[in-house]
Amino acid sequence: MNTTAQPMVSRLAPLAPRPTHGYDDLGRLMSLMTGDEKHDAAATSTLDVVWVLYDRVLAVTPQTVDDPGRDRFYLSKGHGPMAYYATLAAKGFLPEEWLAGWASYDSPLGYHPDRVLVPGVEISSGSLGHGLPLAVGTALDLRAQGIDARVVVLVGDAELDEGSNAEAVELAGALGLDALTVVVVDNASTSYHRPGVIAGRFAHEGWDTAVVDGRDHEALERALTRTRTGRPDVVVAEVEEKS
Amino acid sequence: MSDPRLTFARTVTELVDDDLSVALVYAEISGQYFGEVERRHPDRVINVGIREQLLLNVGAGLALSGMRPVVHTFASFLVERAFEQVKLGFGHQDVGGVLVGSGGSFDASASGRTHQAPGDVALLDTLDGWTVHVPGHAEEVAGALRAAVAGDGRDYVRVVSQQNAGPRPVTPGRFQVVRRGAGATVLAVGPVLDPVLAAVEGRDVTVLYAGSVRPFDAVTLRAVLGDPAEVVLVEPYLAGTSSRWVSRALVDVPHRLLALGVTTAELRRYGTPAEHQAAHGLDAAGLRRSVDGFLAAGHRVA
Repeated sequence: MNTTAQPMVSRLAPLAPRPTHGYDDLGRLMSLMTGDEKHDAAATSTLDVVWVLYDRVLAVTPQTVDDPGRDRFYLSKGHGPMAYYATLAAKGFLPEEWLAGWASYDSPLGYHPDRVLVPGVEISSGSLGHGLPLAVGTALDLRAQGIDARVVVLVGDAELDEGSNAEAVELAGALGLDALTVVVVDNASTSYHRPGVIAGRFAHEGWDTAVVDGRDHEALERALTRTRTGRPDVVVAEVEEKS
Repeated sequence: MSDPRLTFARTVTELVDDDLSVALVYAEISGQYFGEVERRHPDRVINVGIREQLLLNVGAGLALSGMRPVVHTFASFLVERAFEQVKLGFGHQDVGGVLVGSGGSFDASASGRTHQAPGDVALLDTLDGWTVHVPGHAEEVAGALRAAVAGDGRDYVRVVSQQNAGPRPVTPGRFQVVRRGAGATVLAVGPVLDPVLAAVEGRDVTVLYAGSVRPFDAVTLRAVLGDPAEVVLVEPYLAGTSSRWVSRALVDVPHRLLALGVTTAELRRYGTPAEHQAAHGLDAAGLRRSVDGFLAAGHRVA
């Protein structure tokens, strides 16, 4: 850890063409965990965003999970990680066989993901309000090392209630951390919901913003593959209201 | 005599200058010392503003991608306000970092409770794997910080204004035998060594010095124990913080233990650090009263 850091400018190759499964397999993979076809709202709200990120956006593969130049995905909203685990299994980061035994004593897959136990999982999460501040630190490190990679962090709309996020949004805007992208999966789950205010809060702190249909893969891809502008950006992915 | 906090600032500046993998993250506090190094290394000297939760997680986020972060503010805001960030940002992510807390138990005597953190080491003791440096002199601050940054673990460096007349050699995980006696063993942690030595003058006791207190050096403690086994802990933070480590070290040895330190009751006084030290019985006179009473009680039992 204390070796002298060398500036890195290498960019990873695009995703290797070996997805073991496609989007249509995710339901079956999630069923291995839940045991039925009705999945928890906290898990399905993130399904399309997580899939599009790993299928079309992020420069990271099972072979490059330790590469300093990889893109990072920080799942801050760590509860309801079935869609995340299913996507990682579909893309070959973890074996499909792990899914069935999830949350059992011998399983590396818990109700909240642990980066020490699961290959490809970048942060251990579950307690809300940590992922975005961690991502700010990593984006600062990538900038300091000259690594041309990005950090995409997924938060829930209710997670933005945590004050630590406000601290992070302000600093990232002030420092122009354009390696940083926040995806807010907005299923209107906060107790004091005010429609349409999320993007404005980020814009006020100097972020680029986009609001898209969180089920529309093309719209998500467009929003998540933007060119750098010197500002961090937020993509508010609106999905059906949590019932 | 040099000032421990200023020594921290100078040392961290040198470390940032010398090593591209070292970052300093702070939250306004001590910014008066960091202007020049921040101008030289704006990418690696980061002031997050008055945002302590962010402070800890930014440090951990830097560590996730390979940096060695030095994370600094007053101990009260560093360890207490943002304790979950300490627990999850570092330990649960399984990354290392160097936390440097200044102020300690009563540097900020005149500022009141808000700026005091006598419970910092006890809080860290609820977590696994932290090396806790309690330097008793400015030179020990420099040594502790350099050793911490050179490693890759989780380190806490407690920087306070009170210091002993001179530095002692410090090896993390090892207590130093300052003097040998036939009777009780008195463990002095960091800056309380000088008052401890004054307090036990003329008493037939062993004095151990801990410039770093975690890992706890059970081996040295056992090696110097007298018979009967009597231990006095003198810690510049919450009284009893190291008691369970003594219990663990002496689980098979009948023993008596006196744990001295800062009391949990709020003092609700301002004044000087020396006045607080005396109020908690941590000056030489108070320590002598406590130690003599403890030793006399042992004789009565015997």
